[in-house]
Amino acid sequence: MADPLTLWPLLVVLAGAAVTYAWRALGVLLSDRIEAESPAFEWVACVAYALLAGLIARMILLPLGPLAETALSHRIAAAVISLAIFFLTRHNLLFGVGAGVGALTLLTLGFG
Amino acid sequence: MPAIVLGASFLGFGALVREAGLSPWHGLLSTALGWALPGQVAMVELYAAGASLVAILAAVALTNARLLPMTVSLMPLLRAPGLGRSALYLAAHFVAVTGWAAAMRQAPRLPAPARLPYFLGFVVVIWASSLAATAGGYHLAGAVPAEVTLGLVFINPIYFMLVFAADARRRARVLALVLGAVAGPSLYLVATDWSLLLTGLLAGSLAFFGDRWWRRKQSVGGGDG
Repeated sequence: MADPLTLWPLLVVLAGAAVTYAWRALGVLLSDRIEAESPAFEWVACVAYALLAGLIARMILLPLGPLAETALSHRIAAAVISLAIFFLTRHNLLFGVGAGVGALTLLTLGFG
Repeated sequence: MPAIVLGASFLGFGALVREAGLSPWHGLLSTALGWALPGQVAMVELYAAGASLVAILAAVALTNARLLPMTVSLMPLLRAPGLGRSALYLAAHFVAVTGWAAAMRQAPRLPAPARLPYFLGFVVVIWASSLAATAGGYHLAGAVPAEVTLGLVFINPIYFMLVFAADARRRARVLALVLGAVAGPSLYLVATDWSLLLTGLLAGSLAFFGDRWWRRKQSVGGGDG
């Protein structure tokens, strides 16, 4: 365990977790000063929604890692198919996600 | 049901952990202690790319900055008479998209003392199944074709996209989702490191004030459409 090459990924994982929990602890600390139905509450909810929407769109349009090797048109087509199936099945997440993943896999296999 | 689909997206994370050359234990620790999938994915990808610790932590901090407003918005709903602060700090560790979205939707309908037990019961189930899925994905990735592994990694963004498409009801939040989806990739092209934080602050604030402006115009405006 004294080998730094073994400790390095462990340090990355633990420090990443610590940084993540720091936001949550700070959230508890600050939540005392904000009422549940105040305009400030709605503002932080809007910031959270926008941030996540931005991250999701970025992961589909400009992905890092292995997804970057797939075609942009295939990823967009798969996302649209996923949304269509999701709403056609009255918000069934399993069908929606399954359709999107299946579409990207088949498109990549067929035209990749 | 959410446990099954979120479990599937942690299958994708497990696959990513294997491709990064990490051990399954790193994936399990990250899921157990990090418990915020987008940040975990960013961390593993940057680790694989050989980034420095500062760069990785800055990316994780920015990706997970959303947890601050999410926790701030959830905690007032979970508070109940006689509930200690340590219970809230424990609950805060489990704040992540799926459990948060469910609690934001359900908690207002429950009596105050039932809200924290509802939240903890919900998240501990999805937390445990996500740990199992992380290990499962790690071992699955070595056994399936590359196209299927791509599909596994694609689960994450698709899953989060559908959760928010289903949850958007208030006009301000729908605006925030649309503006964020446009601003996120655009800002990423001009300011990679800060794009996520900027997206949240700019698109979120624009949605919030746009909604208030719209509402004021409607209540004052009368007949001029």
